[in-house]
Formats: sequence, structure tokens, C-alpha cells
Amino acid sequence: MAGNNSIKGKPYGHSLWLMILPLYLFTLALVAGPLLYMVILSFQTRAEGWGIVNQFTVANYINIFEPVYLSTFVESFRLAILCTVLIILFGYPFGYLMATLSPVWKKRVMMLLMIPFWTSSLIRLYGWIIVFRANGTLDQVLMGLGIRDTPLKLLYTYPAVVVGMVYALIQFMILSVYSSAEKLDFSLLEAARDLGASPVQVFFSITLKLTMPGLLSGVILTFIPSMGLFFIADILGGNKVVLVGSLIQDQLMKAHNWPFAAALSVALMLLTTVLIFLYKRITHTTELEGMG
Amino acid sequence: MSENILQLENITKSFDDTDVLKGLNLSVKHGEFVTLLGSSGCGKTTTLRIIAGLEMPDSGRVLLEGRDVTNTEPNKRDVNTVFQNYALFPHMNVAQNVAYSLRLKRKNKQYIEKELGGVLSLVQLKGYEKRMPSELSGGQMQRVAIARALVNKPCLLLLDEPLGALDLQLRRQMQMELKTLQKRLGIAFIYITHDQEEALNMSDRIVVMREGQFEQIGSPSQIYNYPRTSFVAQFVGNANIIRGTVLGQKDKMVSVRIGNTIVLTQSAGYHLKPDRDAVFAVRSEHIKLAHCTDEVNGLCARVTEKSIAGGMLRIVVKLKDERELTAARFGIDVEFDVGDLVSVSWDAVHAVPVDVEEVGHGGE
Repeated sequence: MAGNNSIKGKPYGHSLWLMILPLYLFTLALVAGPLLYMVILSFQTRAEGWGIVNQFTVANYINIFEPVYLSTFVESFRLAILCTVLIILFGYPFGYLMATLSPVWKKRVMMLLMIPFWTSSLIRLYGWIIVFRANGTLDQVLMGLGIRDTPLKLLYTYPAVVVGMVYALIQFMILSVYSSAEKLDFSLLEAARDLGASPVQVFFSITLKLTMPGLLSGVILTFIPSMGLFFIADILGGNKVVLVGSLIQDQLMKAHNWPFAAALSVALMLLTTVLIFLYKRITHTTELEGMG
Repeated sequence: MSENILQLENITKSFDDTDVLKGLNLSVKHGEFVTLLGSSGCGKTTTLRIIAGLEMPDSGRVLLEGRDVTNTEPNKRDVNTVFQNYALFPHMNVAQNVAYSLRLKRKNKQYIEKELGGVLSLVQLKGYEKRMPSELSGGQMQRVAIARALVNKPCLLLLDEPLGALDLQLRRQMQMELKTLQKRLGIAFIYITHDQEEALNMSDRIVVMREGQFEQIGSPSQIYNYPRTSFVAQFVGNANIIRGTVLGQKDKMVSVRIGNTIVLTQSAGYHLKPDRDAVFAVRSEHIKLAHCTDEVNGLCARVTEKSIAGGMLRIVVKLKDERELTAARFGIDVEFDVGDLVSVSWDAVHAVPVDVEEVGHGGE
């Protein structure tokens, strides 16, 4: 068969490899290389003042378990969980309902979701400062409506960071739930109703199960970045909310403790990998087991 | 217990200012096999969805066993549906699909096992419990969909063109199986199809639907032998529609003038008034053709086309007034050639008046 030659046969075998090779080299040089260097760096010793000494140590990793740093990890984890839960609560219904819209409205809503991406996320965050600062937009609206007498002064507080995080990441949840809900055959929901399921039962036994891959990839896409998005905590939280991301940045830029910053990064990466591994296990089982 | 399992009273429904259903009335008895027959877009699926509760009628009532369920949610109706695309849950295996409704009802394990085994052997799918829907053939998916709907022991089963996606041979086989199953279970079926053969084969009663209305309701033989309208005559069995003027009626015989020829038809129970226009239907297999040389004698026509369809030879002839008639006969050898002059006739009993506006009684 002629078709097989182009994929498996000899005529294209070598040239195919030659075409792919630059991609591999590029990836190796720019992704795998720095990553490997970071891992090596994390086992090296900090030099007095500036730079590193080429001396093997695991002290950087032990250092992570210092209560100060460990609490930062815990705090980041907590914030990430809170943000992810909020993102699920708002993003899931949004993405799901979007899939039920008419094609014209789908396009319009998609447009509205995409427009903010045309501006740098940093600039959009500065927009939130205007909203949140004392006597800013939010306070003026609340006081103007007579809901509050005094300004809320939300800027540089924990809630401001949460709102910023949710705002920055919710699109990923919406879009991944949407893409999964769009593939959903809505006659299955009618079939379930016909077989005696209440709307709530239909949601949990059919809708949620079939959109689970979208929901879970949305969780991965929002949970992991929310562990590391230090600039949101910096800009909207002042220095009151310190996350792993900020910690790494501080260690690198201010304390000049590169090996420790590297160890923190590796730890964060390991945590993320574990999460992705768990994600794969969960999605795999939902596909196989069906209703519980 | 009410005599009728289902009653539709004056059901209307419109979508975006288009009237889809225009006042439907129907009673279905316990254990009856009723077929809604109509071409696509005539509103038969909408009717089914209203019975299932997946759609709300704009006006009218739906009664199940004498109880008004018009505003009852679909999950609270003792009715189950076999969907056109089967709608099997892709994330559940055969056993989980079939047992879905039993699990919702929180039946115990032994009960579920027992019912599952029973219904799966009923549809001959024993041993397929662990298969996923994606691993099944069309016919098997069909059986799972039927088993899933039957396990609930509904008083009424709705089937929306359940055999539409199957190939001809499998469809024939499933027709027989479904009919046997229905008789054995004694559950009333409402079956949707656009295939007149399927309807004639399986039904106790056929409801011919056209543009949101029930055109005629009757047994297969009533529908076939005594179509009430020219639409029914043409839709069920492709009859020829012939127009003429009533000359007179004597007992069960009616004489009709077509051009300058006089033909006989039966009355089908109607009283036809003289000098009125008459429309009647003659099935193509009842049209007789004979060679003729004399154009004056009888209904004369010219053969314009010969073709084979469904094991029958179709001969199309054109009357002097340009109207076409189709005759059908078995075998492919026929003594007529295209261009031949033929005389057309039929036995009076095979010509049935249709579209009669007078208040009369069609059928026997």
C-alpha cells in the first residue's frame, strides 16, 4: 500500500528524523537543559555574598522544612485550593452553559472571554488596584449604593489576592469545561430523565461524569499556576501574602540564595508532578468505572 | 384501572411560531401496539416527546392510566423511551446502562442482579454485561437500549424509529423480535416509523400523521384497504389517485365518469352524491392493462416507462389527459413495450373513494 510508505516505509524514514531533529535539539537546549541545571544547582552550596560554590549538599532541601518556609508552602497550597474551588464554582457552570448556547452566542461569549487576553495580565492586574484601593471604584460603588458607610480598603488583603487569582485563571477552567461539555450528547441527559433520574441525579451520574476530563484538566490548569503566580500576591497582596512563587523570587533576586531558590523550585515541580499523576489516575478510573 | 393506558386530548405545540402539532387526540389501550407513521418533520417525534414528558404541550392534556400527567416531570412518568440514537451512557458498561433506573430506585443487589439477568436474556445479550457501548454493534446497542427501557417495567414503551439505523436484513429480524417481545410482555408500545412496511407488519393500529395532524387512525388492513384520504393512499402503498365525476351509486357500487369513459368503484361505506367530483385510489398492483387498438374503447393510455422496483415490474402509462398511472406486477417479463397503446381497467372493489368530504363512514 502506498499510504504506508510515507509513515513507516524507508523512503521517508531518514528525512522525517532530520525534520524532527531541530525540534528535539531546541527543546533539549531550552527546556531540558535549564531544568537539569536547576536540579544540579539545588544540590550546590551558596557562596558568601554572591554566586555558588561547587560543593554537593542536601541542606537546601532540608532547609525547606524550616517552619518559616514550610508554612509558605502550606499557605500557597491553601490559597491554591481556595482559588481552585472558587474557580470550579464559577467556571464550571459558565463553561457548561456556554456549551448549551446557540452558535452565534457561543462566538460572542468566546470573544468576550478572549478580549482580555489581548492585554498583558500585569496591566489587567493594575486595573484591579484601581478597583480595590481605598476609595477606589469598589468602595465608591458600595458607598454610593449605601451598602457601606466606610471604605472596604480591600487592596493588599487576602481577599484581593484571591479575586486576582480567580480572575487571572478562570478562563482556563471555563474553556476546558466548555470543550468537554460541547462534546456532551444532550440526549443522554434526556434518556437519564426518562429512566427516572431527577435533574440533580442526572447532573451527578451523567453530566459531571462525562465532563470530568474537562473539569480535571481545568483544575490542573488553574491549581498549578495558582501555586506559583507570585506577582498577583505581590501586586494585590502587598507583602502580606507570601507564596512559594514569591519566596523563590525573593531567594533568587533579594537573598541571592540561588541553590535554595532552585531547591524550592524543584520541590514545587515535584508537587505538581504528583498532582498530574493523581489526575491521570482519577481520569482513568472515571472512564472505566462509570457511576459509583 | 382505566381502560386506556394513554390518552391524548387536543394536544397542540408550536416552535417559533410554527404549529408543529395541531390538536391531536388519541387513545391507546393496554397492551396495544400503536404505530405513528409519517414522513420526517410531520411531528411524530414531538408527539412522542410530549408523551414522555421531555416536551410540554402548549395546550391539551396527556393522561396515563386515566391520570393527568401533563405537568408531570419525565422521571415521574411510568413511561420509558427507546431513543433514535439509542442514547446509551458511554461511560457505563451494558450492565450499568441497563441497571441505571434500578439503581436510581435504590433496589437491592439481588433484585438488580435478577432483573438484569432476566431482561438481558430477553434481548439475547447474556454475557455482554461488561462490554462498553463503544464495543457493541448497532443491533446490540439497540437491544441494550430496549433492555434499559424495559427493566423498569413501564406501562408504556415509546420507541422513536428504533430500527432506523440498522441495515435491511437486521431490521426485518428486529421487527419480528420486537413484535414477539411486545406480545409476550403485554406492554403497550407506541412506535414511530416512516417505513409503511414496518408499520403494516407490526402494528395493532396505525396512526398516519401528516403536518402535525392525525390523518387516519385504523388497523393495518383498514389503513391499507380503506385509506380515508389520497395522502394515506399514496403514503401507505403508493396508490394511484384518479379523479372523475360521480354519476350514481347503487348499493356498494359507484359509477364514475372519467373523460368520456365510465368506470366502477366501490363505495367504501360512503354515500356519494351524483354530479360531485370524486377522487379514488387504486393500488398499482390492481391496475390491469391490456393491448388495445381502438382508442375509443375504455381508458386508453400509452406505456411510457418500465422499471423494476422491489421485486415488481412497474409500468407507467400516460392517459390522454397527460395524467400518469402506475401498474405493478410480478416478474420482469411483460408483453408491453414503451409506446404501446393499452387499455386500463380495474375491478370495482379495488377502487376506493378517498378525500370524501361528506360526513360518512369509511371502512366497513
